[in-house]
Amino acid sequence: MSVHEQFAEDLALHALGSLQGNELVALETHLQSCADCRRELELLRGDMALLAMSTTGSAPPRHARPRLLDAVAREPRQIAASVPSRRGRWGFAPWFATAAAAVIIVLLLRQNSELQGSIAALNTLFTDQKLQLQRAEDMVETLTAAESQQVTLVAAKNTPQPQGKTFYLRNKGSLIFLASNMPDLPLQKAYELWLIPTSGAPIPAGVFKPNARGSATVIDPPLPAGVEAKAFAITIEPEAGSTTPTMPIVMLGSGE
Amino acid sequence: MEVLYDRYSSLLYSVALRVLGDTGAAEDVLQEVFMQLWRNPGLFDSSRGNLAPWLAVIARNRAIDSLRKRYPETDIDDVIVSVEPDMAGDAERSRAMEKVREALGTMPLPQRSALEMAYFEGLTHTEIAAKTGEPLGTIKTRIRAGLLALRKAVVA
Repeated sequence: MSVHEQFAEDLALHALGSLQGNELVALETHLQSCADCRRELELLRGDMALLAMSTTGSAPPRHARPRLLDAVAREPRQIAASVPSRRGRWGFAPWFATAAAAVIIVLLLRQNSELQGSIAALNTLFTDQKLQLQRAEDMVETLTAAESQQVTLVAAKNTPQPQGKTFYLRNKGSLIFLASNMPDLPLQKAYELWLIPTSGAPIPAGVFKPNARGSATVIDPPLPAGVEAKAFAITIEPEAGSTTPTMPIVMLGSGE
Repeated sequence: MEVLYDRYSSLLYSVALRVLGDTGAAEDVLQEVFMQLWRNPGLFDSSRGNLAPWLAVIARNRAIDSLRKRYPETDIDDVIVSVEPDMAGDAERSRAMEKVREALGTMPLPQRSALEMAYFEGLTHTEIAAKTGEPLGTIKTRIRAGLLALRKAVVA
């Protein structure tokens, strides 16, 4: 074994626990990559142990034994932070091995439980992301499909600025509505979009309020699939929406 | 734990008493070291040394921490103690201790003094140099040479 001479004295001081500051940092760094010096440190601690063991002779007071055993009886053993991994050179009491085995089992069970939890969490995340992806694909299809019915709505009373556009995919009942330049609403009122089918009563297709710039969107409101739209209309309704439109119709558009 | 106590309590208590010079404080260190071992027997890796030297070093470190009124600084997990030759048996240990005491007895006084101040009083080399008026380098050399002399005596 060849100990690096520049660290020889610092190793002894480190074994004693008296090395500090930059010297300690330098030695610790060196020890990470030098097996010989690590081995020498272990041997120096062994030398320290010799010095400690040379003091044998004083017996602890009698009450120390029951004090310890009483403390042991009151305190169950906890999980170990580290576990002996190799066979010892000395024949230590069998309960030590039993305790170590129990610790390993507990650690493995805990690790297994943690892994199961992680798998469940990943599965949930995967399912969520799959649903989000499907939803995004549906929206893109609604916007780009050749059969997507596009309707532009304009203000009913010759006011050109407000505009709404629907993208409606009948076979899926999927609808996207984009509006711009929408006039401000009276208090506690909202706009409601209606799908006006070729036959039957208007179907509510989403309640919305424009933002400060007059823009608004309605994405995928709950609609029955397969309903052919004759037109789309917008009315002003209570904030919670209505089941039948309240006249007048403020915007209206039919299929392009 | 009873077996361990009966076998090693005298060693741990002696080390702690030598450092602390107070029976109550030494008993507390004894209790603390055994309880740590009880709570976590995996702390001691039997493949990396014998229990007696390991316990002796842990007791000394805890006693020094107690002496300096500081929170335990050494992680027990980190302490690996190698003593050669093997001292698993009482007879081997007893013979080794005889050699250690003999080596201490023949050691030059300044060297033994530096070693004992560092080991049993927990003084740093800087503190020893200030206390003795010797150069820092000399103190470092004496401490290391003292430890190596003990090792040599046991192996011989």
